[in-house]
Amino acid sequence: MKRLLKLDNVSAGYYREDIIKGISLEINTGDLIGIIGPNGSGKTTLLRLITRVLVLRKGRIYFQGLDVSQMNLKEFCRQVAFVAQDISTNFPFTVMETVLMGRIPHLKRLQFETRRDIEIAEGALLETATINLKDKRIDELSSGERQRVIIARALAQEPVLLFLDEPTAHLDIGHQIQILDLLKKLNRRDDLTIVMVLHDLNLASAYCNRIALLDKGSVFKEGSPDDVLTYQNIEAVYKTVVLVDRNKITGKPNVVLIPGNQYS
Amino acid sequence: MVDNLKRKLFMLLLLLFVMVVIGLLKGAVHIPLVNLLVKENQIIINLRLLRILAAILVGSGLAVSGIALQAVLRNPLAEPYLLGTSSGAGLAAVIAVILGISRIYMPLAAFLGAVLSIILVYNLAREGGRIRDRSLILAGVIVSIAFSSVIVFLVSLFGDQAMHEMSWWLWGSLQVYDWRLLSLVSLPVILGIAVIYIFSQDLNAISMGEEEAIHLGVDTLNIKKILVLVTALITASLICICGIVGFVGLIVPHIMRLIVGPNHKVLIPTTCLAASIFVVTCDIFSRTLFAPIEIPIGVITAIIGAPVFIILLKKGNRKL
Repeated sequence: MKRLLKLDNVSAGYYREDIIKGISLEINTGDLIGIIGPNGSGKTTLLRLITRVLVLRKGRIYFQGLDVSQMNLKEFCRQVAFVAQDISTNFPFTVMETVLMGRIPHLKRLQFETRRDIEIAEGALLETATINLKDKRIDELSSGERQRVIIARALAQEPVLLFLDEPTAHLDIGHQIQILDLLKKLNRRDDLTIVMVLHDLNLASAYCNRIALLDKGSVFKEGSPDDVLTYQNIEAVYKTVVLVDRNKITGKPNVVLIPGNQYS
Repeated sequence: MVDNLKRKLFMLLLLLFVMVVIGLLKGAVHIPLVNLLVKENQIIINLRLLRILAAILVGSGLAVSGIALQAVLRNPLAEPYLLGTSSGAGLAAVIAVILGISRIYMPLAAFLGAVLSIILVYNLAREGGRIRDRSLILAGVIVSIAFSSVIVFLVSLFGDQAMHEMSWWLWGSLQVYDWRLLSLVSLPVILGIAVIYIFSQDLNAISMGEEEAIHLGVDTLNIKKILVLVTALITASLICICGIVGFVGLIVPHIMRLIVGPNHKVLIPTTCLAASIFVVTCDIFSRTLFAPIEIPIGVITAIIGAPVFIILLKKGNRKL
């Protein structure tokens, strides 16, 4: 197992307040990691920090052994891609144009996309089953379609490490499984390392090989779904009573919510 | 895509050439095509050529600035005069008139006024090294309103003389009398357009959102600063020879996005030519409709531009 990304005691935040308070985490090649935690625990902030939207206040981040703050942003984005919850734009780009933007880190300024770039974009469209939407405008798509197009754009970047911020947030259960199955396939087949923020504990349990449970800007517990998804951990962090049994099909921990039992 | 772009550019170039020739022949005095190179017409042709070149500069400069600002601020209402350049230039020009400074220095005064107002707006919008989009737009609007009211205040104090000298300026005029002034102004405008085109790929990424752009490896913070300053420089340069030509920088980018799509690598060069054709055509109307009276160019651009835009908007999807 090769170490791909290492967070060494990192802190960051907005204005004067630190949202991320001294997180250390290691991500290895081939991992499919779920980041879970209550609202405001710093999940999204952590992704923004790693993908260089937010400036590091303390600590260091190493990617393939190199200090990320010393790396050229474009070079970094040739290997690390990010899928936001949703994209909205006033500009009527087509699906193909949107996915081709994934090639930007690989292109020089003023360079037009080559045949190879177009082939890579088409490959990403095929992979995400969106090739038939190619000429549609992105603002005409449904949420599920648009999510797959954003993933296609990230794949066109040809990353070795992919971050996703709640990829199933606005989707029904059918589309949730469709997206997560796709990610699992990419992870297995291409050894693509994936880190995603998830709200649904059972989806995290079913799909991820490792889970990091965040609480108030720190890692409360990190490990396999079996280690992290215990009723003690969940009740301590989410302040609500749960029952943890096993999913009959996957054998993974299954978190059952119990109405009317919030901690006070 | 590149071949397709070349074809579009060739057609637009052809159309621009036709409009330039028509522009040279039409006017208060009509010159037949066969007499185009006759010596007696040389003076008129020279003056018209200056106007046409000014129209091309104004069209391409304002439209490309509009494209850049709309993308960088992700605001469809952004336009080159948004950042207070017009009222800054206007205020400086009014002060110059009141102080009795020679007309020769008017362009310089207008330019300095525009630059000063941009510096003011830019600094008002700065929050710890970052420029926030909303603050920039708000600062631009506030500075514009404040300067405009000072203009009205000064004009009402000092009366008709200032107003008379200023009126061409508020609705734009393409009549340039000096080759040297025009070539001096063309330098920052052409360079500015070139700089914006170099960033066309980054503009594509930024128009998807600032964070999206960072995820695609685009250094948004610096690119935004550069592009805001470049558009301001283009606008300030144009304003000092042609006054305020409305509509071109706001609507032509939208019209062209509807026709060729939002990809800046295609959008910028095609818009350069289309906006030139648009302003050259508007100028022909402004000179010939009620000749010898000349209608201010800003009025014509709005009267022709608005219906064209509405028709394209109603038709919906892109065609070319």
